[in-house]
Amino acid sequence: MGVGALSVWEQSSTARVMAPARPRKLAKVPFVELADGRLQGVVSSGSDIGRVYVSSVAARTYAFACSTNNNRPCGGARGVFCKHIQALVAEAVLQYGAERVARYLAVEPPDGDPDAQALTAAMTATRPVKDDSSAAAQVFSRFLRHLAYLELAPVTSPLPEMQWFPATRAVA
Amino acid sequence: MVPGDAGGGLMRGDLLADPVEGLDEALAAVDAFDGALVAGLLRPGAAQAAAVAGLAEAVAGTPLTARVAEAAGRVAGGAAGEEHFVALAAARGALLGSVHDALALRIDEAVGRPTPEEESSPAAAEDKSSQAVARPEHGANLLAAARSWLCDLARSGWRGIDHESVAGAAPVVSAMLPDPELRRRATLLDGFAAELAASCPGATLERVPVRRWADLWSRALLLTVPGSAVERSDGSVTGRLLPLGVDVQEHATAVQAQVHAVFEPADGGAPRLVRAGVSAPKPDTVVGAGLWQLLRPRMSLLGAVSEGRSMELDAMPVTAEGDLVWDDERARAGEPADPFATARVRLSAATAARVAPLDRHPVRIAVPVLLEGYAAHSEEGRLAFDLAGQRLAVDTDRMPAAGPLTPEAVAASHACVGLLRWDAGEFILQPLAVETTVRKKTVAVHAGAWAGGTTDKAGVRAEKAATDAVAVLRERAGRLLRK
Ligand SMILES: [Zn+2]
Repeated sequence: MGVGALSVWEQSSTARVMAPARPRKLAKVPFVELADGRLQGVVSSGSDIGRVYVSSVAARTYAFACSTNNNRPCGGARGVFCKHIQALVAEAVLQYGAERVARYLAVEPPDGDPDAQALTAAMTATRPVKDDSSAAAQVFSRFLRHLAYLELAPVTSPLPEMQWFPATRAVA
Repeated sequence: MVPGDAGGGLMRGDLLADPVEGLDEALAAVDAFDGALVAGLLRPGAAQAAAVAGLAEAVAGTPLTARVAEAAGRVAGGAAGEEHFVALAAARGALLGSVHDALALRIDEAVGRPTPEEESSPAAAEDKSSQAVARPEHGANLLAAARSWLCDLARSGWRGIDHESVAGAAPVVSAMLPDPELRRRATLLDGFAAELAASCPGATLERVPVRRWADLWSRALLLTVPGSAVERSDGSVTGRLLPLGVDVQEHATAVQAQVHAVFEPADGGAPRLVRAGVSAPKPDTVVGAGLWQLLRPRMSLLGAVSEGRSMELDAMPVTAEGDLVWDDERARAGEPADPFATARVRLSAATAARVAPLDRHPVRIAVPVLLEGYAAHSEEGRLAFDLAGQRLAVDTDRMPAAGPLTPEAVAASHACVGLLRWDAGEFILQPLAVETTVRKKTVAVHAGAWAGGTTDKAGVRAEKAATDAVAVLRERAGRLLRK
């Protein structure tokens, strides 16, 4: 495998692998991620400012879960996607683009440009089951870890390795 | 464009087009080794063993010879330990270091730059390295944990990664990030692990960023060697700092802005090319203008850049690589200074610092240049400048989205201050600022114009959105984090 066997992208030290998140309003869904084989995140409660819901949908099976940060099950997520999960899908589409969300969850939406509604419809049509494995504690701790990044002070000593991570105008 | 015009600091594009001797051979050995990492080195096949042996042959005759040959033998037998992977990463680094040097020399010729400064004196250099060794290494257990994770990656290969194996980096990164001395390692591991996580499972990946992941893997592994990330201090500098432009780097959870500038010592010594950087970890939802908001309070220079000012430095610490370690207490706003005037008058005489051995890699090349009298044209959606018959690719994708410089403005420009880089076999220009003609007047547009803030309509909107996003996260953190 010599030079020429690799494409330009494969030979590039700065090949773009992930597009940065698209800006979105965070009030309703402060945290969303595609990780651990799930679309997962945290949804603020509409009524109680101190409460959040931890929601997730698994890739491929679309098994779903929703509970509060104090581990109380969400009343709306008994047999169907509750409004929190629907909000999670909608914000994930804003942040990552529908295509990346669809690819990660292995959803094949009906033809045309997929949007959040189409993705949700395609998943619910398969009659997914509730996920009782309860990743809620793990997701919530990932959210706290995410928030902790804001508490870290900037530094002015050089980070030479950031040369591998050039800014990009492309968005997800 | 006038070839050989030293006074204006212009560049000879023809020199960039000539082949660089030894480059293809070095890169072929690197590519073969990188290819072996795709399937992993747990049970290497004949082709992989040959690729690793090829890497060892490519560094034969250097001080690394014996260690790398031994490592290659152990890898071929499927019995490599951590020190063997480190030896292979060092060999790969040495090859890319030689590529860096050849390319940097070619650029110096093309821009007519004085050769890099020598170390102030051999004694001083020795003193610096002995300090690096003598200093007790911080966080040795975290470095060991990082090394173990990276060696497991090499065994599984990029095709073998899964969520579980990649997640092993998270606790190491979380423990390292709050410690400023480990920030450099943490930031690299964090960005690398996030990319791997987004690419899981490796078995079903459509394509693998072969060179990139081998780069990140080997750099991260070398940084786990105690003493590897020690900054070599070169005292401090006093004088005038004339900014040329801002380069922004970011991954999902980190951002760095580097101001490239010409420094004029107050004692009348030769002008120097320097950089001043500021970086911060960030949540992935802080993007665009939000990046400037995180960095701005830590470095007044970003404000000076937006205002088009120089700054007066008083005993500002500087590293041997020419990086100012910024301290607002040691800087005050100076006279207005136009980056194009700086580039036209000072750039060609400014000397660059030598690059630290570990940092010698083509990705590190970012040489400030001034280009004028080119013809811009677009090929298959990619912009290029025609410099007296030589084509130079222009990477407009690197220009930060939260700034007024657009690909359209670059295409319409007649003068450009940029960074000359090299990637995937070609030289590339990253524009930092351009001059265009609007109603018969020359107008300059700077990529980093919004660094210190802006009154531009689109910029104000972006600032507002970013402020709101951070406010929500801070509110959530205040309510949930400290429970
Ligand atoms: Zn719910």
